[in-house]
Amino acid sequence: MLPTLNGRLQTRIFMLVVFGGLITLVLTPILPGGFEFDRESYKVTYLILATVLVLGIVWELIYHGIQQFRWEKDWPTMLGLITALNEGALVWLLLELGWIPGIDVENPSASVFWAFFIDFSVIWIAIWIWTNGPMRVPFIRWRFFGGRIV
Amino acid sequence: MIEPSAASVVPTTDPSTYLPAQPISGDLTDQMLQTDFWTDELVASAGIPIIDVPFVTVGSGIGSFVTTDYLRIAGVPTSQIRVLGTLDRPWQTYEYLTRVSQVPRPERLRSDSASRPDNIWGFPSYGFAEGVRHGRLKVLWQLFSEPIFSDYYTPKAGEVFQQLEREANRIGYNEMHVKGLVRIVRRRYGGGYFTILTPPEGASATKRVAFRSQYVHLAVGYPGLKFLPELQRYRTEHNDYRHIVNAYEAHEHVYERLMQVPSTVIVRGGGIVASRVLQRLMDDRLLHGAQTNIVHLFRTYINGPNDGYGNETDPRPGGGKPRLTMRRRGGDGWAYQGFNYPKSVWGGQLKAQVRKLEGEQRAEIYKRMGGTNTPWRKLWQKQMNQGRREGWYTCVVGSVEDMQPHGDRIVNHVRTAQGTVPIEADFVIDCTGLEADIAEHRLLKDLLEHGGASRNPVGRLNVDRSFELIGTRSGIGVMYASGATTLGGYFPGVDTFLGLQVAAQEIYQDLAKRGFGKRIGPVRSTIQWWKWLAGSAP
Repeated sequence: MLPTLNGRLQTRIFMLVVFGGLITLVLTPILPGGFEFDRESYKVTYLILATVLVLGIVWELIYHGIQQFRWEKDWPTMLGLITALNEGALVWLLLELGWIPGIDVENPSASVFWAFFIDFSVIWIAIWIWTNGPMRVPFIRWRFFGGRIV
Repeated sequence: MIEPSAASVVPTTDPSTYLPAQPISGDLTDQMLQTDFWTDELVASAGIPIIDVPFVTVGSGIGSFVTTDYLRIAGVPTSQIRVLGTLDRPWQTYEYLTRVSQVPRPERLRSDSASRPDNIWGFPSYGFAEGVRHGRLKVLWQLFSEPIFSDYYTPKAGEVFQQLEREANRIGYNEMHVKGLVRIVRRRYGGGYFTILTPPEGASATKRVAFRSQYVHLAVGYPGLKFLPELQRYRTEHNDYRHIVNAYEAHEHVYERLMQVPSTVIVRGGGIVASRVLQRLMDDRLLHGAQTNIVHLFRTYINGPNDGYGNETDPRPGGGKPRLTMRRRGGDGWAYQGFNYPKSVWGGQLKAQVRKLEGEQRAEIYKRMGGTNTPWRKLWQKQMNQGRREGWYTCVVGSVEDMQPHGDRIVNHVRTAQGTVPIEADFVIDCTGLEADIAEHRLLKDLLEHGGASRNPVGRLNVDRSFELIGTRSGIGVMYASGATTLGGYFPGVDTFLGLQVAAQEIYQDLAKRGFGKRIGPVRSTIQWWKWLAGSAP
């Protein structure tokens, strides 16, 4: 990846909204730990998705800062995958601490680790694969403009 | 053919094969040569037949190919495009240069996995295709872990040429290709251009043919690669073209000789070609028993973090050291960098940054990220370390003051920090890759003198962000240029596979805005990609 700051943010938002949104829609009712096809379950998963998105914008600023120390000003493919660890850990921590607004910690399905793990990883991996190849098919300018979509 | 005494080492087209033995009609007149704008009558009165086609690309190399590929995918039929040039296949010059500089078909280029001149999307990348097709997990791991735990993946030259051939067949390249030499493009009175083609002998009833087009694209490649002046002087003064060679000319005889007789070779230069030549010399020594001693002559010795101005401690304009955020790895004489440019010039931060810079500021960033460099590759490091340990690979830092014959050998007087030292060698391989001025190319010289073209801050052709050749507009006609001749513009990586595609994308888009070809939006792009995958015509 050869992102600019603007491109990073645009790609992050686009991917999480499109892929994150669709995958969460499909996955939520079949997650383990009491998730169902109901309003309450979707509220939890989409609030977590929104948290990933908002925190992601802060993370992108940090990654952009780190990227400045690379001569090539690139973002190696591998880093795009392993940053799932720090980002996932932070969101889980906030969830456990009950600091994600709108999610009640007492709600049992909110603190099921495997549900979170599956939802988060599937979305992350799907986005990682898509950004490292197929994204270039519909959007031919995307890779030459730092990941900008508009 | 290569003229032994010529300054350029790239094989040039022999003009004699393009000129008929007997004078025939339809030649350029003095009046035409002196006129900047040609009328239709002027061309017709010279007896030159006129062929109408909306778009002409001159060069017939990879630059022409990639641009044509884009236009075909944008829905332009083959009848509206003509590719003019002397090459039989788009990769002909490229293959020649890579082969003699020691990257034959089975070896790997210095090019990114997603830089695919046969595929405008860069997906699947060469590496992904190689890994999946042959089930090579190692390649897939390399793609995943580069450049942190692995060397950058790079494609095999042969694979690139094969895929180019597939794409050329798919888009009907041969239907568009007209063989011949182009030396003049002039603006047409009333708009558009005349491109004068000299067909091979016997191919046409007239000496020249004029292509009248609204759009012209130039991708004529390197104007020429030169020898270092002192090497050229020695070659001509002593009539010795055997012992002093340029890496870009065929020099297999050197390696053959080294296999037979223990010898000393001086390798000059610190770039990718020097690396490749060293690998060949070292492979021959380590695997095939040659007893070659290698003296590697650096003009600038890089010993640690560096940028285009040299080592951290080297003086630079305005003083100071390289910024902490703009330092490149280096050591043992080399500056290390994966590809010809820092990777982000092809699409990331550096591309976005340079696009906004003008004049001196632009020239400055070119300088800062430039400088001779080569990739850090495990194999090369291993070979060089062994050579240093065993004493058959040594480095000298300095410049050659004088060269004298000594029997069958050559004494190089090298000025170093410790004074001038004589170094005797059997062969000198020049890997410095000095490029000729654009005015050495007749077509470009003519454009600078008669076509309104100008030079950019680095001295090459001045193109806009859309790769329009600034100053050459002719009514509704537009002229574009891409490739090595446009180095120094708003986009830095022009002389690379991906750079040609970046340029082609801008050109196609500018043309689409003018109504030539369709816009490649997400739907068209996706459909076209499937067609590419299936191998069916666009």
